Amino acid sequence: MQMDRQSHLWRNAVVLPAVSRVAVCGGTHGNELSGVYLVRERLKRREDGTEPVSVVAVMSNPRAVQLCVRYIETDLNRCFTRAALRAPISEASPYEMIRSQELNALLGPKGSTQAVDLLCDLHNTTANMGLCLITYSDRDWICLHICKHLQREMASTPVRYVHFDIPLNEAYSLDSVGKHGFAMEIGPQPHGVVRSAIFSAMQEGVQLMLDWICQFNSGTLFEGGSVDVYTMVKNIDYPRDPETHTITAAVHPDLQDRDFCLLHPGDPMFLSFSGETLRYKGKEALYPFFINEGAYYEKGVALSLARKRRVEIPSVRSETLR
Amino acid sequence: MSSRIGISCLQEAKRVAIFGGTHGNEMSGITLVNMWTQNSAEIERNGLVVKPFISNPRAVEKCTRYIDTDLNRAFTPENLSTPEVEGLPYEVQRAKEINRMFGPKGSSNAYDVIFDLHNTTSNMGSTLILESSTDLFNLQMVHYIKKAMAPHTCSVLLNEHPQLKYSTTRSVAKHPIGLEVGPQPQGVLRSNVFESMRTILKHALDFLELFNSGVEFPPCTVDVFRVQERMDYPRDTNGNITAMVHPHLQDCDWEPLNRGDPMFLTFDGRTILYEGANTVYPTFINEAAYYEKQQAFMTTCREILAANAIRKAFK
Repeated sequence: MQMDRQSHLWRNAVVLPAVSRVAVCGGTHGNELSGVYLVRERLKRREDGTEPVSVVAVMSNPRAVQLCVRYIETDLNRCFTRAALRAPISEASPYEMIRSQELNALLGPKGSTQAVDLLCDLHNTTANMGLCLITYSDRDWICLHICKHLQREMASTPVRYVHFDIPLNEAYSLDSVGKHGFAMEIGPQPHGVVRSAIFSAMQEGVQLMLDWICQFNSGTLFEGGSVDVYTMVKNIDYPRDPETHTITAAVHPDLQDRDFCLLHPGDPMFLSFSGETLRYKGKEALYPFFINEGAYYEKGVALSLARKRRVEIPSVRSETLR
Repeated sequence: MSSRIGISCLQEAKRVAIFGGTHGNEMSGITLVNMWTQNSAEIERNGLVVKPFISNPRAVEKCTRYIDTDLNRAFTPENLSTPEVEGLPYEVQRAKEINRMFGPKGSSNAYDVIFDLHNTTSNMGSTLILESSTDLFNLQMVHYIKKAMAPHTCSVLLNEHPQLKYSTTRSVAKHPIGLEVGPQPQGVLRSNVFESMRTILKHALDFLELFNSGVEFPPCTVDVFRVQERMDYPRDTNGNITAMVHPHLQDCDWEPLNRGDPMFLTFDGRTILYEGANTVYPTFINEAAYYEKQQAFMTTCREILAANAIRKAFK
């Protein structure tokens, strides 16, 4: 019976190319330190990974890392749209525009057969998000299976799958350069700080990802199942003064640190400096995330809201012959 | 200042300033000062003039700690007396300007009290920072604030260390007080941290109003943590850190650290223990801005300071 079931799974599994070349990128934002130190350690120890996967570690924005700032002139992680990658650049171009094209040449080109098979871009957030894999697809079986693997194996860290429904051309972040890709985002951690528990969680996440890939490339069959996917619906800005544009309220204490706890219409969202509670006025209960991310004040985002749905994923195995 | 049996008679504290944005990414103070500049009702008190002030506007504009150099280290005698020439670092120019407006430091024309508002990524809760163990006025004010905040804890940090003491923005005043509230990431405004700082200032201004109206404050004692030593991260020959604050020490500001307790965890998983002979009380554990100042945390020892009764001197 067991044999029949196994061979049934085997025959019905989705067969996908091996994930042979992996890039682990850190310091895309120079003050998100878990990834910076993780990449530094990998580069120090020349950890290239063992067959059957080759891993390259890349420090994405070395100048920003040097100064421990998010970026020098413009946010590197918004410079990977097709338009940005094709834009003519000169010495006068913003540093990050030049760098994104360099990274695209090194790890891409985006959309081509030469691109790395998987690009994992390491990030931290000041929001209480645990570990999130953030990507542009809700049907990339490799990414979804990796998420499932991390969820199964990481005992003390919540792991979630966050999806931005944006077509590849307009996908703006570094992870969109790989054939498969995601940002591995871990919080809460202040920018410019490395917290050991957060670093360990990221280290564990990266190792589990590479373990899964090794097993996958060796021909292991991974049984299907389901994964909860959070799809981004909209951003909410802080209330602002109409003249000066400065913020007039802080995230409400009842919402602060409650990423992925369902927000219902009428729930407190902001507490104004004059003591007034401002409530969520949407009609649909949604899941908040990136609540009070420090880098998003300048982008006009106090929090993002997502819809959750259960996605069925098929069994998968690699093309490698057993 | 004259003193009769046990009571110190001190000059009234009429000119008071509240500084926000000494570091341009510490958001509670910046937000409070901007709010009170627009509408000062909350900070008005009888017998006082209270000036809210953004100390480092260019850094606030860029939401960064400083432009050229740390303003909160810039008020040295050298900087304050250096001639006004082209090419001075922005914060040195600014220090001279602040010294003109609110000082001169050490003179009788200086502001009576400056509250300097700061945030930290460390889990220090609400902390008041003193620079002198003999400033009776400040000791009484801090005692008043602590009592008023109870049961919410307000820790008191005393930095009187000859080498580790630094020339703060607030030091131009006769009675400087630092307010440090955390944990809060740089560039982030957390509602609970904001409200704590607001409440501390409310009590501080109440104290000043009471003092100026002639109220006598009886003798008191204040539990303080006195700065002992700065502990840096282990580093490699390139100056990069090779270990992180150990998870058992992370967030344990003000808790005893004994010989043999875990202190750092290297990136390859090795624990480094604290080897000091005496129990210390660490603070500023894992403050983001201190990586470049070679500080993982500061050690302190507990002390009880005594203050005479005080009241306003009769004219």
